[in-house]
Amino acid sequence: MIKVNAMGDACPIPVIKTKNAIKEMKEPGVVEVLVDNEIAVQNLTKMAQQKQYECKSEKISEDEFKVMISVGEERKEDQINDNIETEKEAVCIPDQRKKKKVVVLRSGKMGEGNDELGTVLMKGFIYALTQLDELPETILLYNGGAPLSCEGSDSLEDLKSLEAQGVEILTCGTCLNYYGLSEKLAVGSVTNMYVIAEKMTAADLIMCP
Amino acid sequence: MDSYPNGMSKEIVFCKGGGCTAKLGPGILERVLECLPKGKKDDNLLIGYDSHDDAAVYKISDEVAIVQTLDFFPPMIDDPYIFGKIAAANALSDIYAMGGEVKTALNIVCFPEKMDLNILGEIMRGGQEKVMEAGGILAGGHSIADDSVKYGLSVTGTVHPDHILANDGCEIGDKLILTKPLGVGIIATANRVGEASKTAMEKAVKSMTTLNKYAAEIMRQFPIHGCTDVTGFGFLGHLHEMMHGVFSCIIHADYVPVISEALAYADEFLLTAAGQRNRNYTEQYVDFQDISFAMEELLLDPQTSGGLLISAGAQQSEELLNKLKGLDMPCAIVGEVIEKQSREIIVI
Repeated sequence: MIKVNAMGDACPIPVIKTKNAIKEMKEPGVVEVLVDNEIAVQNLTKMAQQKQYECKSEKISEDEFKVMISVGEERKEDQINDNIETEKEAVCIPDQRKKKKVVVLRSGKMGEGNDELGTVLMKGFIYALTQLDELPETILLYNGGAPLSCEGSDSLEDLKSLEAQGVEILTCGTCLNYYGLSEKLAVGSVTNMYVIAEKMTAADLIMCP
Repeated sequence: MDSYPNGMSKEIVFCKGGGCTAKLGPGILERVLECLPKGKKDDNLLIGYDSHDDAAVYKISDEVAIVQTLDFFPPMIDDPYIFGKIAAANALSDIYAMGGEVKTALNIVCFPEKMDLNILGEIMRGGQEKVMEAGGILAGGHSIADDSVKYGLSVTGTVHPDHILANDGCEIGDKLILTKPLGVGIIATANRVGEASKTAMEKAVKSMTTLNKYAAEIMRQFPIHGCTDVTGFGFLGHLHEMMHGVFSCIIHADYVPVISEALAYADEFLLTAAGQRNRNYTEQYVDFQDISFAMEELLLDPQTSGGLLISAGAQQSEELLNKLKGLDMPCAIVGEVIEKQSREIIVI
């Protein structure tokens, strides 16, 4: 396996590095590319699709992604002949964004009405999330929702359980500051408005209890 | 700057892949704007936040409205003088896209304290020349020390309130005319990694430094329904704003003027992040019917200082096009506006 480190590289550098690595390959094999942003993953996937290489990607952390491209015997020849197939067969895994389900917790309470009831409902809702067959990909917490991911929250265990199952839990940094909770975050990580906007934009489904 | 393949020159430090490829993605921006409080309503603000237009227009009398716009970005090319010209042509363009005339401009400068000041001088010389060519006055500016170079203009122009060219004014049956070739984003990207030919780069530079003033002067002689300039969101992104959920259009990919080398570079995947962001955002509105991968990429390519996209009545469109052809810049009727379909943009 050939490894390409394209962390910190802006597009199109990751693609160029990968193409060069494929060119150097003497026999069929796998190229593993590390990049630090999702758009680079998409551009690499796009290239792999066009060249009909098999391609998988995986998110390692917020700013580290791994793209695995398998270059087979025939495809290698294609590439040498520089014969670009334009047929758009979905060899790669489908765009993950399309599956995105995002839960937005913008308050400590669920629904409007009695606050005490709202608090109980929210705790129940977060517990119910842990029991879903299809978990959300991301949970965004802001404003009144921010304390839910901090020390003292009744939902901490449930959120930790979700995180352990791969759910990304992001709490608004501005909100933590505002409520003096910056040191108290107990699950997931801190995020900013651009990420919040981006996640919501990319979501197929936003659940906002 | 990280190491590029092919041993880039030292000058490249100046250029980190800028121009309109540096724009925030369209989806992100919409989300943020939606959340902002709306200010008090003023009937004299003819075009503002609520529309997706190129510039703000504010009526000051029955005869005069002011057109305000600003645009700035990091260099997309390693020659500072040419970068200055491109950044200025790009900023000035929004005035033309609204049907206005340029009056005054202010420099917007971000420049590292330790960098050679002659470079800044060259950038500003390029900008100044373009403002003069536009018939405007460079009246001042603001500069701050920053880690990386950015340059652009804040421009004020005027327009008659009855002759504003909103980007959403098109009508069913209109022909769509594009006044510059697509592909400058991809070519600048290829150039940045040493893969662009000299001719390709020359064509791109000529296109990017050409003011939309001349096309606008011709356009003004005709009854035009709508106009925008093609910049960071790419041809399809700006076309989407033009259709604004009310109309659909058919685009004939074969008619769209392109810088041919850009197709080859797209097939080499010399693609920007911004182009992919445009794809993520725009794809849902577009039905590509058997269009090559490279052409798709060109239609989504962020354009720096791109051409005008004009929606004109079918009857006058041929005559308008013939006059535009006199400008020595590839241009064409690329499609037509039709009634709303399930997909907003059909590319055939």
